[in-house]
This record gives sequence, C-alpha cells and structure tokens, in this order.
Amino acid sequence: MSSSWPLWEVFVRGKRGLNHVHVGSLHAPDAEMALRNARDVYTRRNEGVSIWVVPAAAITASSPDEKDPFFAPSGDKVYRHPTFYSIPEDVPHL
Amino acid sequence: MSFDNAYESLIDHEDTHWAFGTGFSEALPGVDRAIPSDVDSADLVAYCLMLGDDALVLSQRLAEWCSRAPELEEDVALANIALDLLGQARLLLTRAGEVEGCGRDEDALAYLRDERDFRNVHLAEIECGPFAGGDFATTMARLLVFSTWKIAQYSSLLGFADPVVAAVAAKGLKELAYHRDHAAQWVVRLGDGTDESHRRMRAGLARVWPFVEELFAAHPVEQRLGLDPAGYRAEFDSVIDTVLSAAGLERPTSVPAARVNGRAGRDGVHTEAMGYLLAELQHLHRSLPGATW
Repeated sequence: MSSSWPLWEVFVRGKRGLNHVHVGSLHAPDAEMALRNARDVYTRRNEGVSIWVVPAAAITASSPDEKDPFFAPSGDKVYRHPTFYSIPEDVPHL
Repeated sequence: MSFDNAYESLIDHEDTHWAFGTGFSEALPGVDRAIPSDVDSADLVAYCLMLGDDALVLSQRLAEWCSRAPELEEDVALANIALDLLGQARLLLTRAGEVEGCGRDEDALAYLRDERDFRNVHLAEIECGPFAGGDFATTMARLLVFSTWKIAQYSSLLGFADPVVAAVAAKGLKELAYHRDHAAQWVVRLGDGTDESHRRMRAGLARVWPFVEELFAAHPVEQRLGLDPAGYRAEFDSVIDTVLSAAGLERPTSVPAARVNGRAGRDGVHTEAMGYLLAELQHLHRSLPGATW
C-alpha cells in the first residue's frame, strides 16, 4: 500500500515561530489525509499551531553534485555581510 | 527574528525540552470538585462509570491496532485517538471514585472490577479488527458511529449538574471532533473507493449497526439524572446520513442486537468479547498489583 501513496513534506509553525519550518515527511493518499497524518505524527506533543503539507514531488531541490558551483563561491565573500560599515553612535536600532 | 536552522523557530526559548512542545495546560483547570448536593451520589457514580467505561473500553480496542495499522501514519493516528479516550476515562473514573468515597481510584476501578461491574455500551467492546470480527473499515465504521454519538451526548452534558462531568464533556468534544473527522474521512474514501473497499466499508457498517439502538436507550440512572439519549438521535442520524451519502453508502437495516431480559452493557451484561478484553486489560495489574513502569 505504501508504495502507491505519495510522499508529502510537512511544515509546522510553532506557537512562537514566525514561519513554517520543515519537520519531516510522510505518506498519504491525498492532501487532506496528509494534513491529518501530519497532525497526528508531528504535532502530538503540542509542537504547532499551523501545518502545511506539500507534495514532495513538487519540490525542486538543488543537487549535491552542484554543491560547489552553487555554494562554494559565496564562501570567501565575507564582505557581502554588512559588517564593514562604521555605525554612527547616534543611530538607534541598528 | 531570524533563525539559523530550521528547527530553531520551534523552540520555546525558555524551555530546553523543545522536542516535546510547550505550553501544556492542566486537563481540567479550575473546576470545582465539590460533590453537587442536588444530584443523587449513587446515580452520579454510576453515570461516571458508564461514560468512563465507554472511553476506557474503546481505548483498549483501538490500542489493539498498535503496530498493526495499514500504514505507520494510521498507526500513530489510532494510538492518539486511543490516548484521548484513555484521558477521558481517567478523569471520569477518578470522579466516580471520588464521589463514591470508598477510596477507589482510577486504577482500582479500571483494573479491579469484574465484567459485570463494567457499564460501557456493547458498541465499545465488540471486536472490529484488527483480529476476528472486522478490519480497518469496520474499525472506522465503529469510530464514526461512536464519536458521532459521543459528540451529541457530551454536547448535552455541557450544563450538567456535576461541573467535573461537564468539564470533561467540554474537553472531550474537541478531541471527539477530530476522531469523527478522521473516521468520516476514511468512511468516505473507502465507501467511494474501489469495489473491494466499498464492499468492506458496507460490511463494516453492517457489523456495527445492530449496536446503535443501545446507544439511545435511556437507562434508569440517566432518567433519574434528567438525561435522555433519545433526544439526540435525530442529530446522530443527520450526521451519519451526511457522511454515508458522501460515501455512496446506505444506512444498514439490520435488526438491533438482542438484550438479555431487557438488559445490556449499561446494566453490566456484556458480549462474549468483553471477558477477553478485560483479561488483557487487567492481567498485569492483577498479577503484579501496583506495577509501574
């Protein structure tokens, strides 16, 4: 049976969280059941107040083979962080 | 606020046990536990046992699915539902012992009563799978019927004379709403699915339907407490009809299960399956009294 049920990725927003974060995946026959299964599997210990489910097949992921071309170039460009500005003493909230 | 890793936003920053969620509340916060003077205590004890035993016995039945459900996700769902019912049972049996005043706690009532002292309806105790007597469809048929009936029953208890029972009903309604939703989802999918799933769903419904009549028969204890289950039969029928029509199923026309000299579960007269169920539920406590994990 499992083999015919598609995989869903589950995102949960915690009580104090501002965004939904990925917590895991599960199998379900359709979106409605995926939502209910997510409720049962991932929020049974009071973890969340909102759930998103997304068909795993709908996610386009970067490939491990592309790791270097994708991510290595940013590794030595520390100047992209806005940490090189001198902040005037009288500017609040910065 | 920004998060360096995906799990950080789930953390309550004042609590290191983040994986278990936070902000848990008491089951019945601020409820007056004084024994109401305008209700007959013996009747209140008996009624708490009826409600508590319904929940305890169905919880035990659902727990039998542990590790046997058709899917891992469904395994967890059934265990969650069983635990919700167990929670209701604990509160109700504790209340029964408290009002009785003979020093019996929830464990004494759950583990040390004999079959004839249990007051649950037959619907809760009959075998509907995973073993003989049914399958997953039958289990969903029973859960739909049970939770639809319980929702109507608990709704009628929100203003009940005993504030503890009223509070358990209010708490239980939220849980039962999910149980009914879960069961209805499956009844519709299986009823409106393949020829085989439709056949099984119809058979499951036919299996549990003879036990519906008992749910709406007022016991003398209920009558004395001013409660009338027949009063919510129409609400029950309307919900069941809505689900069945979406599922492409019809209400079975089976003959109600026979009573024994007019008595049934509420009188302590049970089906053959009940003895086996209690043996499994009670043997550990009876072999090793007071055993804990």
